[in-house]
Amino acid sequence: MSKTMTEIRWHGRGGQGAKTACLLLADAAFASGKYVQGFPEYGPERMGAPITAYNRISDVPCTIHSNIYDPDYVVVVDESLLHTVDVTAGLNPEGAIVINSARDPEELRPLLRGYAGGVYTIDARRISEEHLGRYFPNTPMLSAIVQVSRVLEPGRFIADMEASFRHKFATKPQVIQGNMNCLIQSMKEVRGA
Amino acid sequence: MSIRERLSGNEAIAYAMRQIDPDVFAAFPITPSTEIPQYFAQYVADGKVSTEYVTVESEHSSMSTCIGAAAAGARAVTATSSAGLAFMYEVLYVAASSRLPITLACVNRTLTGPININNDHSDSMGARDAGWLQIYAENNQEAYDNYLQAMRISEHPSVRLPIMICQDGFITSHAVENILLEEDAAVKKFVGEYHPEHALVGRDHPLAVGPYDSCPYCMEHKVMQAEAMKNAKKVILDVAADFERTFGRKYGFFEEYRMEDAEVALVLIGSTAGTAKACIEKLRAQGVKAGLVKVRVFRPFPMDEIAQALKNVKAVAVMDKSEGYSGCGGPLFAETRSACYDLPDPPKMIDVVYGLAGRDCAVEDIEKVYRHLLKIVETGETGPRYIHFGQRSNQEEVL
Repeated sequence: MSKTMTEIRWHGRGGQGAKTACLLLADAAFASGKYVQGFPEYGPERMGAPITAYNRISDVPCTIHSNIYDPDYVVVVDESLLHTVDVTAGLNPEGAIVINSARDPEELRPLLRGYAGGVYTIDARRISEEHLGRYFPNTPMLSAIVQVSRVLEPGRFIADMEASFRHKFATKPQVIQGNMNCLIQSMKEVRGA
Repeated sequence: MSIRERLSGNEAIAYAMRQIDPDVFAAFPITPSTEIPQYFAQYVADGKVSTEYVTVESEHSSMSTCIGAAAAGARAVTATSSAGLAFMYEVLYVAASSRLPITLACVNRTLTGPININNDHSDSMGARDAGWLQIYAENNQEAYDNYLQAMRISEHPSVRLPIMICQDGFITSHAVENILLEEDAAVKKFVGEYHPEHALVGRDHPLAVGPYDSCPYCMEHKVMQAEAMKNAKKVILDVAADFERTFGRKYGFFEEYRMEDAEVALVLIGSTAGTAKACIEKLRAQGVKAGLVKVRVFRPFPMDEIAQALKNVKAVAVMDKSEGYSGCGGPLFAETRSACYDLPDPPKMIDVVYGLAGRDCAVEDIEKVYRHLLKIVETGETGPRYIHFGQRSNQEEVL
């Protein structure tokens, strides 16, 4: 397929910030000069319900306005979804899936319905609790997918995110460093093949 | 200089509203348009606008507030979706027949029931006979640009009709995409100030708004309203021409995409147009002469112009994103088919009702519609004229 465009699908649960992470990725990609789409797909509007969000990141304008059925990458923000949602549906075998889990990637592979591409895990809960004192999985997941996909250049991504956090958290600057630590730590720890 | 940004469709509308700084915003939230009053409330709280922000208890009241404000001579705006628009129904007609240029940002969502929050066009299509101008957008950029043009069309002395600026709920309202914004001063200058000829406030020209209109007069008023709708066509094109001169982006009644030599074409409204364009590029690479007419202005309906755009096409699929329950096709099909009636050799034409209540439509789905049109051209048989597409069914599918 043409590599001018990368398509990413996020699976999460309402309230975990999968949509926010998807929009933050769009922001960061925009900052690096890309054409971007970041959009959620809502089911029932309630906490805990499975939600899906999508990114298209491209060097040329993209006019397609449908969901993504054959993503290059998938991010799973909640491990429990592996049992109920076909998260690897249509996933490019040349691509990869990144799962929020403390477990080893090869332990999870049997749950992925025969997916033969890259499987990566990151313990977003531990990283988030360590650096933010609470469970916000979206920031670690965001940098893990950047590290695995290289859809953005990691150094530039970190710099753009810092600027973005300074803007977003202008009224509570005390949380900026924790979020930056989450991003950096997650890039170091994400593992798999 | 345009400003490169990335915004969702809802943010883009709120941003345009801030730049215009209307006199009155009557606010009542409903998914998926809620973010518009939400973002605007922040502008109010931050002192970035001088707008009177009126929170009301229902959409019937938000439109009534707009009517009162507009009758007083103010520039009044609101935003809504789906059941919210339906709840305004009675007063939509009051606004139009009182010739009050109110601007309504309509974020299209299916009408209940069964209850569902996702996109189709049944809400605004249900209000298509209410006497409002209706302009639709493919993406956030068009939603923003249409909003900047809205008031100059609606407030024009030869029009004086309320206007709906529509975009697809979630698909564009909640999708963050690249956008070009214009500078505040340039926007203010383009939109201009509103000085109505007649208003309740002011003692020089006393008038009544909304009195009983008896038989000897009422039909005349309705005919005048119909004339105003016809007059809007010229104003829409004039404003679009000035918009292009000022900001460089071109608009008309509809966009013709690869229509110059098209043998098969779609006619549709909204965000699906972008998906269709991607499909057309794919098919053109295989030698298929596929084209698209993306309808931007649905009210007034550009009947003669649509017929001219389709006169050389062999087969057309009108894609309706609202059912209409006429038993014989959706509203866009009825208008488009009627428009082609006077053509000496009209194209074969079918209606494909799709995308109801958020049912997704991908490039591959659009390709099926074009393949079906090619089959119609090849066999010369139109076959079923009114098809539903994308639903699960145990019956044999036409597409």
